[in-house]
Amino acid sequence: MTTLLGLLALAEGGEHAVEVVTDPGGFVGVLADFAWLIPVVPLLATFAIVLVGKRLPLKGWELAEGAIGFVAIYAVALLIANWVTPMAVEHHIEISRIGSLPGLGDLVLEWGWVVDGLSIMMFTVVGVVGFFVFTYAKGYMEGDVRFTFFFASFSLFAGGMLVLVIAPNLIQLIVGWELVGVASYLLIGHWWEDHDNNAAAIKAFITNKIADVGLFVGVIILGITVGSFRITDVLDAVARHDSALAAVAFWAGLGLFIGAMGKSAQMPFHVWLPDAMAGPTPVSSLMHAATMVTAGVYLVGRMFPLYQTGGMADDVKTIIILAGGATLLLTGLIALVQDDIKKVLAYSTLSQLGYMTAAMGAGAYTAGLFHLFTHAFFKGLLFLAAGSVIHGVHSNNMSDMGGLRRFMPSTYKTFLIGSVALAGIFPLSGFWSKDEILASLSNDASHGGGAAATLVLVLAILGAFITAFYMTRAVYLTFFGEYRGDGHPHESPRVMTYPLWGLAALAAVAGFVNIPGVYTPFTEWLASRIHVMGDHHAGGLNWALALIGTAVALAGIAAGTRLFRRDAATQAERDRFRIPVLYPLLEHKYYFDDLYLNGIVGPIKGPIARFVVWTNQVVIDGVVNAFGAAARFASGYVYGWVDQRGIDLAINVVAAGAGEAGGVVRKAQTGKVQQYAGALFAGAVLLVVGFLIFS
Amino acid sequence: MIVNQFLVLGALLFSIGVYGVLVRRNAVLVLLSIELMLAAVNINLVAFGAYVDDAVAAGQVFALFVITVAAAEVGIGLAIVVLIFRNRSSANVDELDLMKW
Repeated sequence: MTTLLGLLALAEGGEHAVEVVTDPGGFVGVLADFAWLIPVVPLLATFAIVLVGKRLPLKGWELAEGAIGFVAIYAVALLIANWVTPMAVEHHIEISRIGSLPGLGDLVLEWGWVVDGLSIMMFTVVGVVGFFVFTYAKGYMEGDVRFTFFFASFSLFAGGMLVLVIAPNLIQLIVGWELVGVASYLLIGHWWEDHDNNAAAIKAFITNKIADVGLFVGVIILGITVGSFRITDVLDAVARHDSALAAVAFWAGLGLFIGAMGKSAQMPFHVWLPDAMAGPTPVSSLMHAATMVTAGVYLVGRMFPLYQTGGMADDVKTIIILAGGATLLLTGLIALVQDDIKKVLAYSTLSQLGYMTAAMGAGAYTAGLFHLFTHAFFKGLLFLAAGSVIHGVHSNNMSDMGGLRRFMPSTYKTFLIGSVALAGIFPLSGFWSKDEILASLSNDASHGGGAAATLVLVLAILGAFITAFYMTRAVYLTFFGEYRGDGHPHESPRVMTYPLWGLAALAAVAGFVNIPGVYTPFTEWLASRIHVMGDHHAGGLNWALALIGTAVALAGIAAGTRLFRRDAATQAERDRFRIPVLYPLLEHKYYFDDLYLNGIVGPIKGPIARFVVWTNQVVIDGVVNAFGAAARFASGYVYGWVDQRGIDLAINVVAAGAGEAGGVVRKAQTGKVQQYAGALFAGAVLLVVGFLIFS
Repeated sequence: MIVNQFLVLGALLFSIGVYGVLVRRNAVLVLLSIELMLAAVNINLVAFGAYVDDAVAAGQVFALFVITVAAAEVGIGLAIVVLIFRNRSSANVDELDLMKW
């Protein structure tokens, strides 16, 4: 019945709300009430690994794996429950209350958990992809010097993301946001002995911090205007067209989106993500699939009605769609010239995040999050497969690979599945989500999105070609031709290949949960929210766009095959001459890093450094030296007068007196027995005389 | 019965003993003087014992104890004197000032 209603609603292609239960009873109710365990268990695992991990037989891996396994099972149980009965449960626990601020009322800090379609979808992605990645990481990190600490940070990474996802208020969301940030810092810099890795970790952290300023500003504006940090209260205010909120909604929405651009690496905050490849490959996999870059898209999804409702922050949508469009095309182009296999995938992630953001900007909540969902599986898979290759040949560079399909059959097949899914070939998952995004963009173009949406639609179709092209290039350079590296490549152990197959299966079938117009449980999951999302989503398969998308992707594969099938390596070399203007631009990543370093960091760093040196040398050292001199003078005085002439004199006098007295008294000790006896008798006589006189 | 004579004799003997202990140089003679003092005490004990005339003759019995202890004491004392004489070829108490400061 629900499905039928859903179909009817879908047929109209407009907004529709699912009947949600806010207090499910029975077992589902218990599940929802104990959902706070989802972030708590991985965080507890982090502490347990730090405390006792090294003493355990598997060095703490078992705790991390157990925690993420728990999350995966719990999330899937919730997913099934939500499938049967759409629910949106919220719990709040007050932690502290700052009373009666002028013009603000009470500022309440709360901790809580929200279990609705969106958060359950995210739990599932984090739990399931995380479970595969944690399993794989055991093989990949085997023998690492900081194996235990790695899994502690890894667990913190997943736990932080879950805190973020489960947050029913913006303060808790910021806590999770920063936990993810700090865990990513620890993990990117895991091999900190190499200075480059340190620099990458710091770059990721600082870039995110700069974007976080936007998030904080947005959260503060919303909290102060609405008088509550609860997301439901904010969205209630949006739903009733609160005029106070409408006045500031643009800036709040823009601030939140700038925060999202940092975490989801949209231009111009994308520079940290390729450098984050310095971390171990499982980190890249989890970061790109489930735990970090999805946070920004998730935030926009969580606050979606704010951007969607007329009169609120809907002007920001144009910015969102343009940021997404620029990111998806420009970063996709950079992926064409990368030699490092992980960087190809990193730029591909940037490009796919661009798709998600563009979909959000087009007002397509479901499409953006659906791409997040499918992308998590195939990008997680591609990173793990790339990690398997790196594990086998001990190099990140595709110029050291080639011909690996004979040596690493499992890795080859799973990488191929991931690539085809990413390229968007029917019927793998990427096809469904990318098509949904294209359909949403086209819908927006004809429903008020205007020129921006049309432009981004064209960019997205171009991007599909580029995606297919660079993945074909990566496959040929890595797995075909002759082996160009040193040593003997070998297939990875089963602890690594089994997760590959698991994710490959999911990457192949994940798209079937949302076939437009036919079978759309995913749309229903995501619609089970307290507020109506006001989502544009396709009522049926847009045949024209699906055909164009597939044709373009096939063209990309064909072009890639044509160029790279024979002597792939030399072909890649010749790229440099083939694209004279574009190539240097791409190779230098559009000079973004140079711009930031020389244009922003440099001019600020110099004067600040000089000022700091001056402060240190003159002000702080002056104070310290003055104190030192004063202390020397005071101590000299104390030593000379108080100690030497005061205390020592008294002590010497007492000692000398005691010595003199001793010299006098000791004469009595003659050693002559008869003198002692005489004294004894004299004493006795004296006593007798005394008695006689006084008695 | 009159005890005065005995008490005078005891006092005289004790005084001679004290004199000997304080004045004589020879350790043997010092020991002998101590015996004199003990003998004076014994005379007093026996005299008072007879004077009181109690049923258990406590004074006389106590005198016997004193004689016994005195014999033991003079035995140890003479042994010490002999050893000192052997070590230092002298039994002169003036020269025995090892316990000096």
